[in-house]
Amino acid sequence: MNREMKIGLLETMLKIRKAELQLAVMFKNGKIPSGAHLYEGEEAIAAGVCANLRTDDQITSTHRGHGHCIAKGMEPRRMMAEVCAKSTGCCSGKGGTMHMFDPSIGVMGTIGIVGGGMPIATGLGLAAKLQGTDRVAVSFFGDGASNNGAFHESLNMASLWKLPVIYVCENNQFATSVSVKRSTPIEDISVRAIGYGMSGVTVDGNKVDETYAAAADAVARARRGDGPTLIECKTYRIRGHFEGDDAIYRSKEEVQAARERDPIEYWKNVLLGDGTISEQDFIDLNEKIEQLIAQAAQFADESSYPTPEDALKLCGGNPSLLVK
Amino acid sequence: MADRRIRFVEALREGMRQEMERDASVFVMGEGVGPHGSCFKQTDGFCAQFGEDRCRDTPISEQAIAGAAVGAALAGMRPIADLMWIDFTTLATDQICNQAAKLRYMSDGQVNVPAVFRATTGRLKSNGAQHSGSWYSWYVNIPGLKVVVPSNPYDAKGLIISAIRDNGPVVYLEHKMLLNVKGEVPEESYTIPLGVAEVKKEGSDLTIVATGYEVTDTMKAAAMVEADGISVEVIDPRTLMPYDSDTILESVRKTGRLLVVDEGFRYCGYGSEIISMVVENAMECLKDRPRQFTAMHSTVPFSPPLEEYIMPSPVKIANEIRVVMGKSLEPEVAIR
Ligand SMILES: Cc1ncc(C[n+]2csc(CCOP(=O)(O)OP(=O)(O)O)c2C)c(N)n1
Ligand SMILES: [Mg+2]
Repeated sequence: MNREMKIGLLETMLKIRKAELQLAVMFKNGKIPSGAHLYEGEEAIAAGVCANLRTDDQITSTHRGHGHCIAKGMEPRRMMAEVCAKSTGCCSGKGGTMHMFDPSIGVMGTIGIVGGGMPIATGLGLAAKLQGTDRVAVSFFGDGASNNGAFHESLNMASLWKLPVIYVCENNQFATSVSVKRSTPIEDISVRAIGYGMSGVTVDGNKVDETYAAAADAVARARRGDGPTLIECKTYRIRGHFEGDDAIYRSKEEVQAARERDPIEYWKNVLLGDGTISEQDFIDLNEKIEQLIAQAAQFADESSYPTPEDALKLCGGNPSLLVK
Repeated sequence: MADRRIRFVEALREGMRQEMERDASVFVMGEGVGPHGSCFKQTDGFCAQFGEDRCRDTPISEQAIAGAAVGAALAGMRPIADLMWIDFTTLATDQICNQAAKLRYMSDGQVNVPAVFRATTGRLKSNGAQHSGSWYSWYVNIPGLKVVVPSNPYDAKGLIISAIRDNGPVVYLEHKMLLNVKGEVPEESYTIPLGVAEVKKEGSDLTIVATGYEVTDTMKAAAMVEADGISVEVIDPRTLMPYDSDTILESVRKTGRLLVVDEGFRYCGYGSEIISMVVENAMECLKDRPRQFTAMHSTVPFSPPLEEYIMPSPVKIANEIRVVMGKSLEPEVAIR
């Protein structure tokens, strides 16, 4: 990794972190009409994986997908405006926090049905293969989703057909209130790859150099035509399942311990330690991104709502019944 | 006793709890139903009272949750499978529609599937496209399933007890906007038979059939149009399959007019069924063409002004009532 790439990872993580914390404030202030599932503490996964992707590579994501969109290149303001249900959002307010798209940069959907993005990513990979390109597809999903049939069916099919798909399991230890220990009788979810005859690896999801390296391997394998990979990234869901969830089903100590493994602190210290950046560089970068996110928030806040009639664009009623 | 007011979710919980106390074969399973007591607290306290064997957290495996309920039911248990949102039941439809619904018939009555499939239904402020479904008519369309959609706390309790005691599979749907609504609920156990409607309000000019949250909206609309001298009769079927066609027909024979209000979609929807049933059985009593007022035929959008636009509301229903009664010249012009 060259200097620029190292700093790029830090920048992406900071963007995601600050956008999410800003959204948490906006949620408190009633600027978001729904709940929101935030990604604080898991930034090293989206950043490390997406740093290996080209613009034409494609991803699917989940209800906790804001970070994936930013890492794949979405402007924070288009993401934040969507969360605020505004006409300037990436889906003009139709999709919302759980349903973001931007095919021009390969964001093929953040999906609200757990597991739903995995078969879709499998199909994205199938298309890449049929079209004779070396494009790859990445599916982000949670530990909880790995217990759904969609996961097992997708892995089997992708391995059988040697599809260029990378399945990235974000094992943040929880699926809503249910700890992974109460839902999954194995220590490492990556071992499930063995049963489907494909590569599987577990990495520390809070270390962006690890997620980056694992994804680099997997992407190279996929581009070579050697099939899919399952990457399990161990991390921790710092916040409640959604904003407003007090998450009383786990101890303060556990959360505090996880906070101390902060992925941004880790990477910042690596870069300070190896001389990539100085303290002043970090302060400057931090400030630049703070401004970017503050502007994005203002943009989201000041943008208008879509006009009600927009609801019926793309809707499929019987045309001859349009007027009673 | 009669004036104890509790929330819908508490009534539902009390019904399940009383059945679990009465019958050791009743148990609950689903994502997060365990120690945390479910998303909306439907099973709060069950683990403490009954243990995790009878109130078990499951992995996010809808097909296996529903299928395990079918299997356990075949073997003599009375499972309550909580599928969280009706939108996620799509992952379990094989087990609900091909297995639970058909096993008794295919076996010529040798086996029973006394399982309850519970899920929340309907809109709740900006839940978005994949968490706002009102898909009960899908299940109404499957022979072998019963479908229950309570509109108030009293019914929530009486109907869940009946659903649990029923010897066949029942889909029981809890509207998210009703969960915190309070109403009078007796403490003792009671049942409401599946297939009996309730006349929520008597009236002489127009029969409105409404279900789930739309009962609330329609009652408000009915009060609004009283000022215009319109007397509305409101019927809540409470169970959509089997449903109480007699009560609906009797009402239409009295009023001569029918409007169905539904949060679901119109095409092959629940309203279409009610209207065709009335036309087939009581055409001669109709003074005017029957109508339905539903959510517009659109994926449910996230943004509040869009979501409000496609959904029924008391004001919109009141306007529709005036149109039906010839008291307004401004019908909604839109695909509904
Ligand atoms: C098919 C389906 N079942 C259940 C849900 C409800 N639900 C939403 S998020 C979630 C937990 C997901 O856990 P995980 O996959 O680990 O992702 P995380 O939230 O931890 O990022 C559940 C059960 C859903 N959206 N879709
Ligand atoms: Mg998780």
